[in-house]
Amino acid sequence: MTTAITLNQYLFVSGLLFALGIAGIVIRRNALVIFMALEMNLNAANLALIAFSKFNKLVEGQILAFFVIAIAAAEVAVGLAIIVALYRRKQTVSVDQLRTMRL
Amino acid sequence: MNHLTFIYGTDWVMGHQHICSVWILLFSPLVAAVLITLFTGKHEGLSAGLSIGAILLSFALSLRLLLLFALKGIQHQPHPMEWLILGDSVRVEFGMTTDALALLMLMVVTGVGSAIHIYSVGYMKGDTGFSRFFACMSLFTFSMLGIVLSSNFIQIFIFWELVGLSSYLLIGHWFEKPSAAEAGKKAFLTTRIGDVGMMLGILLLWSRAHTFEFTEIQAKLPSLNLSTGVLALIGVLIFAGAVGKSAQVPLHVWLPDAMEGPTPVSALIHAATMVAAGVYMLCRVSWLVLPSEAASWLIAWIGGVTALMAGSIAVTQNDIKRVLAYSTLSQLGYMIMAVGLGGTTQAMFHLTMHAFFKALLFLGAGSVILAVHHEQDIWKMGGLWKKTPITFWTFLIGTLALAGVPPLSGFYSKDQILLLALSRSRPLFLIGVVTAFLTAYYMGREVFVVFFGKPRDLHSYDHAHESPWVMTLPLIFLAVLSIIGGWYSKVPDFLGPPHESEHHSLLLAGGLIAVPLLGFFVAAKIYWRADPSDAPVKAALGRLWTVVENKYYFDELYLWIVKYVQGTIANVCDVFDRWVIQRLAIGGLSVGTGLLGRTARLLQTGSISGYAFFFALGATVIIYYCVVR
Repeated sequence: MTTAITLNQYLFVSGLLFALGIAGIVIRRNALVIFMALEMNLNAANLALIAFSKFNKLVEGQILAFFVIAIAAAEVAVGLAIIVALYRRKQTVSVDQLRTMRL
Repeated sequence: MNHLTFIYGTDWVMGHQHICSVWILLFSPLVAAVLITLFTGKHEGLSAGLSIGAILLSFALSLRLLLLFALKGIQHQPHPMEWLILGDSVRVEFGMTTDALALLMLMVVTGVGSAIHIYSVGYMKGDTGFSRFFACMSLFTFSMLGIVLSSNFIQIFIFWELVGLSSYLLIGHWFEKPSAAEAGKKAFLTTRIGDVGMMLGILLLWSRAHTFEFTEIQAKLPSLNLSTGVLALIGVLIFAGAVGKSAQVPLHVWLPDAMEGPTPVSALIHAATMVAAGVYMLCRVSWLVLPSEAASWLIAWIGGVTALMAGSIAVTQNDIKRVLAYSTLSQLGYMIMAVGLGGTTQAMFHLTMHAFFKALLFLGAGSVILAVHHEQDIWKMGGLWKKTPITFWTFLIGTLALAGVPPLSGFYSKDQILLLALSRSRPLFLIGVVTAFLTAYYMGREVFVVFFGKPRDLHSYDHAHESPWVMTLPLIFLAVLSIIGGWYSKVPDFLGPPHESEHHSLLLAGGLIAVPLLGFFVAAKIYWRADPSDAPVKAALGRLWTVVENKYYFDELYLWIVKYVQGTIANVCDVFDRWVIQRLAIGGLSVGTGLLGRTARLLQTGSISGYAFFFALGATVIIYYCVVR
């Protein structure tokens, strides 16, 4: 028996993904992993956008999702470059040890 | 023609050369002052020439205006210039008043001023600040002419302050001498007290009449229905300005100290013109001051008290110029008293005559001071009449005129004031008579001590010499004026409708002539000897002499007030400033900000996870708030 997936279920998955992303950002110490968790947040948003787009028969949600993907790509390029530069300088990417800005 | 009328108003077209002449009359001394300050400071001759040329030009133009007015009855009233317009309510014009009162005063200022300017060339010769002196004299002349020509309260007040400024500059001409610098400061600050009162009076008047123009206020006054209290308050406040400038009790303390300035300054500013500005101003606004019973009563009594008090102090002074300074106070008291009694014409008449003979006396005193090499103590002079004959004779004429000996000018003007006092108030008449006696007495004392007896300082006596012609010529000019000034009895009538003819008996007239003669007689009895001294008078008066010699302790009283009252206020302010403003307000703010910052710093942990957590928490709270609510 195939039951159509409802909007609520999409949104639930999207929220779950987002919460996982936040949890990853807060809990993990490795900057690279935090970065990946951040990507998960963006994709959670994407999922929600596309779900709305599908159920409301609107194309704008998908356009917005493409924007998010494009910006995420650019962001990854910049973010990874920063992390690599950081690693070269400090020999670590653990955010616990990168606290020169602290009080 | 119509076009021009539209632009400039009718007056301009009617006779623009006359209008121009009034403006030139006013501004030529200012131009001279500016030129001297900017360009000719190094060329003393040129500076003096500019200054004298400017005042002579003003004199000539004033004379022309006066003759036109007196002979042909033409009065040129230039169209006022719009000057300051603030919204619809405040409107100040720069106007020119050229009525009889102003013309008479113009003649006094420019005529006596010209003589004094010329005299100054001789007196100030060799002074390091020669050009500066003439620049300041021209500035003063400009300011004084401004007062005379003013057509509204704001204008007169600004020139009033300018006169105060130039007076300050000239008193402190020898500023390297601490006493001169102090005297300048004292004069400026003391007159300021009166000026604040005057300003309050002007503002109070404006709040009722909504205009500053003399003519408009005069026309409006009956319809304003001012209560007696307000009218008296306005009168007294405006009178306060005159009290300061004309050095009446209780603000008289600056004038004797102002004698620290060069003698021509004392003659021009502190005898003939500026101190008379208060009297002039009161006459100008007499329609405002006199309707109030209380205000005119106060004015008359302050004048009377000043006349008597200053006259008595003059008896005890030893400085040749200070005697004259107190005499000036005393004569100004007469004028103020006359104004208070309703006799503005009498006051102006005496003002004019006083300008002649008091300027003459000061210039004579200056000539004596130069002759004995800047010695001002009368007890170090003596027997000078042979050495400085022109100075002596002119000084004697000035003395007789001041004392009111007929037929010299002072007799006529003083006589009129005394008769006025007799018809209005017996006590004031008595004060006037006693003052007249004192006047003759202290002037007699000065003449006998300075010019007669045997020389007390032989060294300076041997070197004494008559002054050069630039100084004696103005003396002679003023002496002639002092003699004939009162003969033209039309002068008082010229100012307005003749006052009710005083019917007085021969006995009274004889008495008024006898009073100054009696004064001279007593002075001669005491001081006309080879070696005069104050000792017999001192012995006769005892403690009273000490009190009078110390000027009734006014300076001490003011020092005490400044020290304790003002000192206490200053201390309270200091404590308030130190503890409330500095510590509580400013210190509290800075400490509070610091604490807040210190607390906020604790939030910056440097842990990215922490920031992310709080960020997410914050975002969640905001979304929750927006969505669920």
